[in-house]
Amino acid sequence: MSSGGPANHRHGGLRNLLSIQDLGPDVAAGIEEVMTLTDSFVEVSERAIPKVPALRGRTVVSLFFEDSTRTRLSFETAAKRLSADVMNFSVSTSSVKKGESLRDTIETIEAMGVDAIVVRHASAGAPRQIARWATSAVINAGDGWHEHPTQALLDCYTIRQRLGDLAGRHIAIVGDIKHSRVARSNIAAFTALGAEVTVVAPPTLLPPSLDGWPVKVSHDLDAVLPTVDVCYLLRMQRERMSEALIPSLREYTSLYGLTEDRALELADHALIMHPGPMNRGVEISAQVAEHPNAVIIDQVRNGVAVRMAVLFLLLGSGTEWGGEADV
Amino acid sequence: MSESTTPRKGTVSSRGVIIRGGRIIDRTGERVADVVISAEGVIVAVDPEPDLAGLGLADALELDATGCIISSGLVDIHTHLREPGREEAETVETGSRAAALGGYTAVVAMPNTEPTIDTAAVVQQVLDAGVAAGLCDVRVAGAITVDRSGTALAPMAEMAALGVRMFTDDGCGVQDDRLMRRALEYSAGLGVPVTLAQHCEVEALSDGGHMHEGEWSSRLGIPGIPAEAEELMVFRDIALARLTGARVHLQHLSTAGSVELVRQAKAKGLPITAEATPHHFTLTHAEVASYDPVFKVNPPLRSAEDVAAVRAGLVDGTIDAIATDHAPHTAEVKEAPFDHAPCGMLGLETALALGITELVEQGLISMQQLLALMSWQPAAIAGLEEVHGRPVAVGEPAHLVVLDPTLAWTVDPAALASRSHNTPYAGRSVRGRVRHTLLCGVPMVMNGEAQR
Repeated sequence: MSSGGPANHRHGGLRNLLSIQDLGPDVAAGIEEVMTLTDSFVEVSERAIPKVPALRGRTVVSLFFEDSTRTRLSFETAAKRLSADVMNFSVSTSSVKKGESLRDTIETIEAMGVDAIVVRHASAGAPRQIARWATSAVINAGDGWHEHPTQALLDCYTIRQRLGDLAGRHIAIVGDIKHSRVARSNIAAFTALGAEVTVVAPPTLLPPSLDGWPVKVSHDLDAVLPTVDVCYLLRMQRERMSEALIPSLREYTSLYGLTEDRALELADHALIMHPGPMNRGVEISAQVAEHPNAVIIDQVRNGVAVRMAVLFLLLGSGTEWGGEADV
Repeated sequence: MSESTTPRKGTVSSRGVIIRGGRIIDRTGERVADVVISAEGVIVAVDPEPDLAGLGLADALELDATGCIISSGLVDIHTHLREPGREEAETVETGSRAAALGGYTAVVAMPNTEPTIDTAAVVQQVLDAGVAAGLCDVRVAGAITVDRSGTALAPMAEMAALGVRMFTDDGCGVQDDRLMRRALEYSAGLGVPVTLAQHCEVEALSDGGHMHEGEWSSRLGIPGIPAEAEELMVFRDIALARLTGARVHLQHLSTAGSVELVRQAKAKGLPITAEATPHHFTLTHAEVASYDPVFKVNPPLRSAEDVAAVRAGLVDGTIDAIATDHAPHTAEVKEAPFDHAPCGMLGLETALALGITELVEQGLISMQQLLALMSWQPAAIAGLEEVHGRPVAVGEPAHLVVLDPTLAWTVDPAALASRSHNTPYAGRSVRGRVRHTLLCGVPMVMNGEAQR
């Protein structure tokens, strides 16, 4: 939802992926480009030896200032399937703990010769600041409450895989919108592709202002559920209670949790999605997580192929990605 | 406030000074005249054709003021000089030089130093450093509470005895209603008129926030500070001024609601004054979209409606003073992620140009109104009206600024005299620049160049 601008485009191609808007100026076309590439990488991932030489000799560093096993593994798997070298900068054991500044950390890593930095940071905007200092490509793997663009891309891909075109589809995003980078990226991506988005949450879990957001707002999940093609559930953090944003998880679940009873209100084709990790019994019941229309595992699987596509777009040369398996 | 407390060092000359060819704008009006200053730093003639020989100053240093305005020097009642404790960001000397280049002849240093300015000893240390630098009349604001922690009153009388006339916990507001009431009551018995100045912010609503809460904080995913965090304390302090009868000065008003509360309080005759910063009448929260911490400041940059309200408050006299909240920070600490970076931006060297560019040239206020907001009105709030913001008239101390109101220039952070470079105006084109600044008749800035 923030501006990308020409600085993020190199030779007309993508230079960094900091937000969904970076895929613009025509965001929909940018997403389609990633989707098309993802199709080929899904095919690669299904091979006996799921590896291509597309990024041989390139180095990708994963720089996670905030714990995330899933996203980190997904990016590293994607990079390795493209034959890139992967460096792992572990913040907890690094000089960052000794007071090294973000800028010094970036300059140190760059001096070792890297081509892409995959960054996860608890502070909104940190990847954009890093991109100002870095000459290598910067990929946002989640920054504070701001954006998580590859999650949105894999979600678009997963929906398209099951339901086809997103245009005209109705997607409910349910839960803690206010603190969710996934919600911000998904709203930008889904609406760019022509979907209609309704955010469903108690007022305390919505951003203070929704001015300019292309969404509808509801506090009534039961009214929304029968109308949706996708019910996208966000993780409910326990600390929201201590901040007095909700009275209890029990009350949250009773109003906004996708229980077995509520799931019956969904259309037969409607998908159930979740970015993980799930709080079973809170935002989603254990049984609903196993529902045939729950595509949560597909999201994880597609995540690797989507991230291969993103890495290739940023680091690859032209449209040739190697074709044959490199054994 | 005797003349002897004003530093007097520099390149001049026992031969006096004449400022030729300018137009005087001061608190009494406008006129075209040359200004002659004695070797002692006192104005001895204000005359279109002064008789230098007759004044015994035939050899006076000539300062050209062609096309310029001559005014009483500017007074900043909200300056962070960072000394003691943060000398890597600014010192009394570097901050004084920035002030002189900005046209200021007096600044009031805020007490959020390390250690806090909450005792006579630290007050004296900063005053001495100001005299040693000799570039600007450095005055000091003392803390209201010990270590600005909001729990116990600081020894106001011992600081007042050294000339302190303003007290504030700036950086924080005094949260405890009862303690603030007691501070106001106690301040009325010090034997000298003092002003308690408040950084208005209710921490229960602002804690954890890093920018204005609204459209942009929502989009950017940065925790917000609602306008009401400021307005609640503005409301409380107006109530406490009514309860105690003590003078309250409200610092850096940034919201439409605050401006309206002050407007109503003044209409009722309550002893309230208020200031606004150049950034709160120039920039909005949309700047934060870059995530550049140079735009992080407290109170935060607000909405366009708030900026318009602050401007309206400056126009109709609701806001009495433009104050810089000059807040230097080193690049090392400012290059942090937005939510880790400290608040604050430079202001001393750009305030006058922004006032001219954003207010006078927009036709909102006259040049005399701008100078009122930047010279004699703030001087009165800070208790400096006997020395600064005086008429440009015979017998008055020559604390003067000569400014070219039309000179266009581009802000270059590296060219600023401040030790830090955290200006949010890098690359911005503005109009209006200081040509000469005189402190006690001594040119601290001559032809745009600092003389020390």
